[in-house]
Amino acid sequence: MEPFARHTGIGVPLKQSNVDTDQIIPAVYLKRITRTGFEDALFAGWRKDPGFVLNREPYSSGSVLVAGPDFGTGSSREHAVWALKDYGFKAVLSARFADIFRGNAGKQGLVAAEVDQQDIELIWKELENHPGTEVTVDLQGRTVTCGAVTAGFQLDDYTRWRLMEGLDDIGLTLRTEADISAFEAARPPFKPATLPARTA
Amino acid sequence: MAEITENAVNPAAPRTLAEKVWQDHVVVPGEGAGEAQTPDLLYIDLHLVHEVTSPQAFEGLRLAGRPVRRPDLTIATEDHNTPTLEIDKPIADPVSAKQIQTLRDNAREFGIRLHSLGDAEQGIVHVVGPQLGLTQPGMTVVCGDSHTSTHGAFGALAFGIGTSEVEHVLATQTLPLKPFKTMAINVEGTLRDGVTAKDIILAVIAKIGTGGGQGYVLEYRGSAIRSLSMDARMTICNMSIEAGARAGMIAPDETTFEYIKDRPHAPQGQDWDAAVQYWSSLPTDEGASFDAEVFLDADALEPFVTWGTNPGQGVSLSDTVPSPEQFEDPNAQAAAQRALEYMDLTPGTPMKDIRVDTVFLGSCTNSRIEDLRTAASIIQGQAKDEDVRMIVVPGSARVRLQAEAEGLDRVFKDFGAEWRFAGCSMCLGMNPDQLAPGERCASTSNRNFEGRQGKGGRTHLVSPVVAAATAIRGTLSSPSDLTAGQSQFQEA
Repeated sequence: MEPFARHTGIGVPLKQSNVDTDQIIPAVYLKRITRTGFEDALFAGWRKDPGFVLNREPYSSGSVLVAGPDFGTGSSREHAVWALKDYGFKAVLSARFADIFRGNAGKQGLVAAEVDQQDIELIWKELENHPGTEVTVDLQGRTVTCGAVTAGFQLDDYTRWRLMEGLDDIGLTLRTEADISAFEAARPPFKPATLPARTA
Repeated sequence: MAEITENAVNPAAPRTLAEKVWQDHVVVPGEGAGEAQTPDLLYIDLHLVHEVTSPQAFEGLRLAGRPVRRPDLTIATEDHNTPTLEIDKPIADPVSAKQIQTLRDNAREFGIRLHSLGDAEQGIVHVVGPQLGLTQPGMTVVCGDSHTSTHGAFGALAFGIGTSEVEHVLATQTLPLKPFKTMAINVEGTLRDGVTAKDIILAVIAKIGTGGGQGYVLEYRGSAIRSLSMDARMTICNMSIEAGARAGMIAPDETTFEYIKDRPHAPQGQDWDAAVQYWSSLPTDEGASFDAEVFLDADALEPFVTWGTNPGQGVSLSDTVPSPEQFEDPNAQAAAQRALEYMDLTPGTPMKDIRVDTVFLGSCTNSRIEDLRTAASIIQGQAKDEDVRMIVVPGSARVRLQAEAEGLDRVFKDFGAEWRFAGCSMCLGMNPDQLAPGERCASTSNRNFEGRQGKGGRTHLVSPVVAAATAIRGTLSSPSDLTAGQSQFQEA
């Protein structure tokens, strides 16, 4: 995972609440075998509507999604986070996130920043009046800035630290690599190994 | 090795089997206590891999530039997507073919042992591990498949994991996990003729419900469990997940050791002695306490079958289809109503009057050699009901070879059953073996969910004994329903 300190990119106003993961990525896309390349699947249903925000310039090249409350509810599919990341989003701002989505986002290096709804609405106004306005998400100071609007956001200390260090779960576990190696050295010799292969 | 018998906790305090295995695998203990406790980092002894839940995990490794830490503790096979007919031809479904090819490419790239379709060790991942002797007592075993609980029959702590966790284990050979609660399932007594391990687990699930085991590791105990073979114990542990539990375990004993001895990956020489000594220390200590306990009387059990669309919706074969009003809980009532409609069943109908179109003998629940022997012993010399099709799918290529060496294939073929190649087959609608809409099936598999065996298909979960008798009579039956002269069946 890339360490995340601060990101500036075009803000995308998604003026809807309860954006569930079935909307973020429909089930039909779950059959794929890759972990990347889900950009076409993001909001696939909604993108059939030419008026949808991501079908409009300059929002289509945005990287900070500014959404209504209760973002990411429903199915636990990790693909929802993959699709947002693959499209190019680095951060999602919302007044409230579903727990599983928030957890998945943290694991995959997508910043899920909890911003008060009144600030979200100020940012929406800014982004609609001046399409293409950039939003800066500063993890160090836990602030978002968009035009004249500056607001704080919530993100738990542990997730913030992990994002800033660029540590995914695996990266974190590998920090205890010495402990793992020590454990391995002490494993009983009778424990089976799959290699070299033995067959009947 | 000294480490084997040392405990991180007070060694005098009595512990359960599950607690012992857990504690022997803690690499880094969590901090804090209670709800706020951070996870323990647990070492994983064996990682089983198949084609469906692994592609994104390997992709993740590739993107991060990480190797597989322990290819020598990892093994892969092809099972979910594979056909059970004409396995020498290319796989027809392009999505399935691509998943299989991806597993082959990943195994080659990352140095993982793979048993492909056509290989003598290919088969359902949960049949392959034990049969190679790779599943042993006191191990931690994981796989991106919920029926990993099967391996708990050996006294291993075995559970299913998601794709991110698959990647985590590939990269680190560990998993961060929060401690679980323990539940004892005590089954005392002696099973009657024609009553099997499948009936025990279906009765357990009906008793505690499909969510009853949530947050627990189940330990099956008692005289009825002790007297079961390893194949039968695997059937029980396999369906722990259907009770909501992530894992189920049975204490290792002489039956376990006897099963493992001389298998390809069994410990040898001094290692064998050390292993048996360690394994013998694993059973739950006298005086250890469980967080919950359940009791079941084996003597009172009859063959058990499901009538609904979750594995908890089951009754004795001699019973009738229940009516929704029999359930007090309004949610259960609504679920029963919906299930009856889907299954096209009328309350009050004797279960034995239900006519089936198909009998499926297979799946990681009931596709081992004993299951095939038991079914063959019932159908031998019998005539199949003309309107019933029976599909027999051995759990692994090795089981198939063994069955053929014993002549079981001929028994099935003479009976009029289809003798297939190994795989998950009709247990899940993912390969060519599927039910048609409205088709009714007596199935030895583990899930009777709507559409599980094919869109619109209707599943009754049964034991191999009931499956065989049903294929003869055409309606859900046990061997005791067969006419005189058809009673040569003996419990395996």
